[in-house]
Amino acid sequence: MEILVYGTINSIMLALYALGFAMVYGVSRLPNFAHGALYVLSGFITWSFLNTLGFNYLLSIILAILATGVIGALIYQFVLIRVRGMEISEIMASYAIGLAILEGLRYGGFKGMTYTLPAFISGSTEIAGVPVDYQRLLVVVIGLAVVALLWLFTRYTRIGLALKGMAQDERAAMMLGIDSDLMAVTAMGFGSMLAALAAALLLPLGNIVVESGYNILILAIAVCVVGGLGSWMGAVLAAFLIGFAQILTVVYLGSHFQMVVALLAIILTLIIKPSGLFGRQKELEERV
Amino acid sequence: MTLPSEQQRKERIDRGIKIRCDSIYAIMSHRELSYLALPRLILIAGMLILPFVVPSMYWQRVFTISCIYALLAISFDFLAHYVGLVSLGGAFFVGIGGYLAAIANTSLGLSPWLTVPLASLVGGGLCTLLLLPCLPLRGVYFAIVSLMYPLFMARVIEALDILGGTDGIMGIDSFSNRWVEQYFIICILLLILFGARRLVNMDIGLVLRGVKDNDQAIRASGISVTFYKSVAVFLASAMGCLSGACLVHIYMWSGISLFALDFSIIPIAATVIGGSGTLVGPLLGCLILVPISELLRDFGTLRIVFYALILVAFIIFRSEGIMVYGQRKYHQFERWIKY
Amino acid sequence: MNKEPILKVNGITKNFGGIQALSNVSFDVHAGEILGIIGPNGSGKTTVVNCITGFVKKSSGHVFFRGKDISRKPPHKIADLGVTRTFQIMRPYYSLPAYKNLVIPLFSPRAKRTGGWRGGGRLGDRNTVGIDILEEIGFERDSYVPYKLAATLPTGYLKRLELARCLALKPEVIICDEIFSGLSMSEIASMVPLIERLQMEGITLIMIEHRLRELFRVTDRIMVLNFGEKLMEGNPKIVMANEEVKAAYFGSQTIQEVMDHA
Repeated sequence: MEILVYGTINSIMLALYALGFAMVYGVSRLPNFAHGALYVLSGFITWSFLNTLGFNYLLSIILAILATGVIGALIYQFVLIRVRGMEISEIMASYAIGLAILEGLRYGGFKGMTYTLPAFISGSTEIAGVPVDYQRLLVVVIGLAVVALLWLFTRYTRIGLALKGMAQDERAAMMLGIDSDLMAVTAMGFGSMLAALAAALLLPLGNIVVESGYNILILAIAVCVVGGLGSWMGAVLAAFLIGFAQILTVVYLGSHFQMVVALLAIILTLIIKPSGLFGRQKELEERV
Repeated sequence: MTLPSEQQRKERIDRGIKIRCDSIYAIMSHRELSYLALPRLILIAGMLILPFVVPSMYWQRVFTISCIYALLAISFDFLAHYVGLVSLGGAFFVGIGGYLAAIANTSLGLSPWLTVPLASLVGGGLCTLLLLPCLPLRGVYFAIVSLMYPLFMARVIEALDILGGTDGIMGIDSFSNRWVEQYFIICILLLILFGARRLVNMDIGLVLRGVKDNDQAIRASGISVTFYKSVAVFLASAMGCLSGACLVHIYMWSGISLFALDFSIIPIAATVIGGSGTLVGPLLGCLILVPISELLRDFGTLRIVFYALILVAFIIFRSEGIMVYGQRKYHQFERWIKY
Repeated sequence: MNKEPILKVNGITKNFGGIQALSNVSFDVHAGEILGIIGPNGSGKTTVVNCITGFVKKSSGHVFFRGKDISRKPPHKIADLGVTRTFQIMRPYYSLPAYKNLVIPLFSPRAKRTGGWRGGGRLGDRNTVGIDILEEIGFERDSYVPYKLAATLPTGYLKRLELARCLALKPEVIICDEIFSGLSMSEIASMVPLIERLQMEGITLIMIEHRLRELFRVTDRIMVLNFGEKLMEGNPKIVMANEEVKAAYFGSQTIQEVMDHA
């Protein structure tokens, strides 16, 4: 029973980490190696608003999410757009930016145990005999809401449909009048906002540490690879797979092995079914 | 918009002497021979003399470390520009090579002359095996997996406290004396550099370049793309493991810091700054970056930010890199011509 | 001649998502013949080639080469067995000279085994073999055409280069995907003897073509595809007189009505 509850919570957490990465890759085929960096960055922005500037917590969160979205979009607009399409340069550039942000934060002194964000609601409750704190419960609820909203967004709003169209076939979308550069920037902005949202929800569960930036990146990539690079719903499903696998490992093997599960998941996926659960990459690339 | 009546454009033409040096005609006269040989001789002579010229032992050590990074950078350039695989985790090769050498030295008691080749070959094989799943796939998967492995290895060693845990393996022998250490590494570097340049210009290099440009055509020609990519990855990872093995013998210590980000980002930055695709450019880039890194040691991880930003700047402005610019100037001249 | 077909295609079906590219296509190819595959655009001709040579995974169906099932093999293994293809969108190695374009296929295991075309059983110096092959198919050695960069060669030469790339493997079957497209009448006229010569050497050819008049000059057996289905196969005159085939090319109105409206 514990496994079920904790597994679900972990899975939703993973899904939240991964959605931002999945969106950016899905729309513009860019692996955003700065995803983890944006996550941590937004945490620090929130912390700064909250503590240094003394804003209201909710306001800090909203401002931080918007700020991160803008930063992400600017990064894309000024750096990554120039290397759009050149896979090697894209990878190097996003990796370098991610490193620059994370190590810059590390240098700026944001390490160790001193930086935390308060939980939204403190206290805990019991679900089916398993102790769960309210923050995690809130994470699940908001996480599910985010997934649902994202689904609705990509189905019923113009921008969402445009993003979805670009994810499926860029050329066709361009022929329909969708500005692919603008959409790519938008996707990066949304992806960064999703990372910031995940940070806002999940950082209160721990400390703001630069190391978690790398961990988040690994987990997000693992989820996206298993789900199929470019498929948003695949990422959600894969999050559940990996989430439960991780909890099972913690219960039976020990908590060191969580990251091992992520890496093993990637390797296994690449060996068995490289396109992931829902990946359409391989199909479409076969056009010779 | 009206076009100007007389437009100019820049034209690049090969220098006369370059054309005269084509293939066998290079040995026509001393002038042609020296045109081709001089840059290479300067490089070799410079590398061999440099240890004597630098002011202190500290800087000699820095030069040695630069050479080690240069090995990594050459392997990165080789993989990225001749095979199309971006290796974001050079630290993985360094770490594997380093730990293997450390184990061979402390547990098996082998001398550095044995551990270094052993670590390179075994490490190369091991890394290739671990990277094998992503070789049949597109380049982005290789980047992802190569990014993860060093981060992952560092965490595992720390968490499981194996192989010395956070303290690392100590008490590793060093080379017999510092001159041996210095020149061994310089000679290996030069051998590998010229060997790599020969390889990419030979026909096997063509197949690898074909793999990068046009892999469907390669498949249609009955050649297994995965096999050739594995060969390339083996060579590159053996180079990386070699540098890791040398490193642990220099520092006489092997620890988690072998998987540090420095080893991943400096080769990339050095390649981009020095000129990608030339194989000499990464060497030059390292000779520039590593001493700067030493000077900036006080700034801690700000150095990494510095490299990363320079890297991004070079990528944004599509700069060619020093050696590419240099080669172009050496081989070609430019002039304005009218339409 | 052997009665058993050298290439047997059985019931190939291919779906791309919602699009049915091929439905239950079956045909046989006999050793040493030239089979033409024709059909309007979008009928699935290139998909058939991709399925046979392994570049695309079939949804169902089998392909047998000399009795061996090659349905699941990857493209390089199929080429290794001797079934080669050219590409409709040409893929030479643009930055290399023409003969270096051939050196690369000569690295394949099959070339090493068989010595390449004109290799005489053992692979000699790859550069020499490459230039020999090019000369055989019409690159004039004296004018240094084989040494030109592939990017500078005109289409006619590039098409022959595609063919030469297949020949470097000493193939048993060559599947030519629209090899006459983009060529002028005279260029095609000079390619036809080359194709006939290949047939005389014992190579089986499957030619996917739009240029029907030129195709009918080299072959006497064709197959028609339409919307992924095989309409019929047989002698060109008989096939082209068939009403269904005409309807596939011209539309569902009768020919007379088309003439009336023209």
